[in-house]
Amino acid sequence: MTVLSSNTAKPATDIPALLKTAFVNALIALVLFSLMVGVRTEAGSDGQLTYWTRFGEVASLVAAVFGGSIVLGLLRQWIGPTGAEKLVPPAVRSGMSFVGRYLAPALLIFTVLVPVIFYDQRYILDLAILVLTYVMLGWGLNVVVGLAGLLDLGYVAFYAVGAYSYALLATNFGWSFWVCLPLAGILAAFWGVLLGFPVLRLRGDYLAIVTLAFGEIIRLVIINWQSLTGGPNGVSSIPRPSFFGIPLDNSDNGLAARLGIEYSPTHRIVFLFYLILALALLTNWVTIRLRRLPIGRAWEALREDEVACRALGINTTTTKLTAFATGAMFGGFAGAFFATRQGFISPESFTFQESALVLAIVVLGGMGSQLGVALAALAMIGGFELFRSLETYRMLVFGMAMVLIMIWRPRGLIGHRAPTVYLTKAQAISSDLVKEGHG
Amino acid sequence: MDYFAQQLINGLVLGSIYGLIAIGYTMVYGIVGMINFAHGDVFMIGGFIALITFLILVSLGLTAIPVILLVVLLVAMAITALYGWTIERIAYRPLRHSFRLAPMLSAIGMSFVLTNYSQVAQGARVKPIPPFITGGYTLHESADGFVIQLSNIQIMVVLTTIVLLGIFTWLVSRTRLGRDMRACEQDQTMAALLGVNVDRTISMTFVIGAALAAVAGLMYLLYYGLVDFFMGFVAGIKAFTAAVLGGIGSLPGAMLGGLAIGLIETFWSAYFSVEYKDVAAFSILIVVLIFMPTGLLGRPEVEKV
Repeated sequence: MTVLSSNTAKPATDIPALLKTAFVNALIALVLFSLMVGVRTEAGSDGQLTYWTRFGEVASLVAAVFGGSIVLGLLRQWIGPTGAEKLVPPAVRSGMSFVGRYLAPALLIFTVLVPVIFYDQRYILDLAILVLTYVMLGWGLNVVVGLAGLLDLGYVAFYAVGAYSYALLATNFGWSFWVCLPLAGILAAFWGVLLGFPVLRLRGDYLAIVTLAFGEIIRLVIINWQSLTGGPNGVSSIPRPSFFGIPLDNSDNGLAARLGIEYSPTHRIVFLFYLILALALLTNWVTIRLRRLPIGRAWEALREDEVACRALGINTTTTKLTAFATGAMFGGFAGAFFATRQGFISPESFTFQESALVLAIVVLGGMGSQLGVALAALAMIGGFELFRSLETYRMLVFGMAMVLIMIWRPRGLIGHRAPTVYLTKAQAISSDLVKEGHG
Repeated sequence: MDYFAQQLINGLVLGSIYGLIAIGYTMVYGIVGMINFAHGDVFMIGGFIALITFLILVSLGLTAIPVILLVVLLVAMAITALYGWTIERIAYRPLRHSFRLAPMLSAIGMSFVLTNYSQVAQGARVKPIPPFITGGYTLHESADGFVIQLSNIQIMVVLTTIVLLGIFTWLVSRTRLGRDMRACEQDQTMAALLGVNVDRTISMTFVIGAALAAVAGLMYLLYYGLVDFFMGFVAGIKAFTAAVLGGIGSLPGAMLGGLAIGLIETFWSAYFSVEYKDVAAFSILIVVLIFMPTGLLGRPEVEKV
């Protein structure tokens, strides 16, 4: 009887238990922080290590944990047990679906108008370009992770291949951006296939670690192959993109002079903005179209069940390879764009952290949802910018956010992973057909 | 030949450290089926705690080396184990029945948290300690003057690893906890039905893994004489590579894989080029997985629909 009542009745606020939990948590925090925070070590000028104590910081951290667990406990009791189906009023639900239907076009129109609205604000334009680059990377990785269900932890490798392809071709041979862009995509896709081959037989976590290793191999080779890539110094003075051959500069045959308007450096920024917007929309369009082709259907089937896929006669080899190649190609495009925008690239830009960031965007966006990925990129990169002043705490907050989001909404902010096609009507079949198996 | 023998010794020592970390990966993978991405950073935290304890003890005027080592070892193991426990509690337990990618991403987030936490708490600069255990033996001196050295610290690393492995094997194969762990590895629901406390067993797995990582951190500190906040990443990937190479889920495999990675890395640096040693280790991982997708000692996975 007591068990039953404790299950059904909402528990009254139990202050002693709450205080006890908070006390235990604070004690754990005290042990955890005692040495790592309480004692600060530093190597002196003579190489000798010295240390000094910081008991104040430890005390405030422990107090924060104590207070935090009390607040969390109270919140948990007030909100009630999680997992209960929350009823959404129909009015709110129809409002949500209305917003859902018009959000994407509204966002697109707003994005197109960004350079017009913020023409004078260079900072916002730069930030918008950065966000769009990550939107494109997220959409590219979405093909591999969201559609085909292959966990890729080394996506940044293709970004690097694209960036270095353009940088090296342009600086060594003087090829134009518009010739190099497809080449960068093709080269990245080639590397995607190259990576795809060994991992074809691997599943899940093995795949994750091999892609991670691959990403590291590419980065290490870039660092060490000094004669080709310039090593840690990177490649500098990469040519800026031209408007299909017409340079965007102050010269007589620049675009501004030909159009007869006054030259402004913002022209190039606006051009870059529309360039990455076009590339990102291309990625999106291709992905949406591919999802309706047999290959896209095969990717989704592969994500849902690989064994069933093979049993149905889908060639998993080509399916996986095309997913890798397609995702890698978009990564390569984004890389070439990155190189031409920065004018300078170095291995620093292609660390595992970038891969994790793009993966976080895809998962946060709810794997497979194009709009979700775009919103997640906006939230992530925008959030990153908010913490720019707190340089050292930025990654700390990023990591915490990743953990909290996973706990709070593991399916992503706009979480849906429904297959594009499914049977709408349940078919009744005779029990003769099903009773034989053991499944 | 002498050069080869020297490299063999160096490789075995490095491999022991990797093996200790790899056990943490393989144990967690075996029981919960997730890559504990933050494990490399737990190793780094262990190294830092060892360094700080060591500093405090020395400044308190302690001089007896065995006493210092023992205290440092115990403190580092205890606090790092608590880190492991807390990480599991905060970041992994709420996600146990979530979809497969969720704990992995939570682990990546946790790894960032730990890396940057120690950067914020202890600064970004490398922390060196003076050579603490000195001396060694000259095993063989060849005619051209090449000397095979076996330093005391190398002996200590290998001995500690062997002793810990002994304790650990006993723990897994002979004790109640070990039996519970093996039961949870096979079937968590069934184990729970038979009275195994699954939550506690998984917590203990993380605690043991973190304690072993702390030992590895201490060994690293003593062997290389420095720690920094970023060392967990590369060491973590290599140890994971070792675990996969040995067949993930297999405990002897983790040690074997660790030794293999340590030897490959050392020999590659000695005979080819230092710059590409990590490339060699990762490439061999890829090559092995092409021909032996389950690793050296792993059981073939049965695919179920």
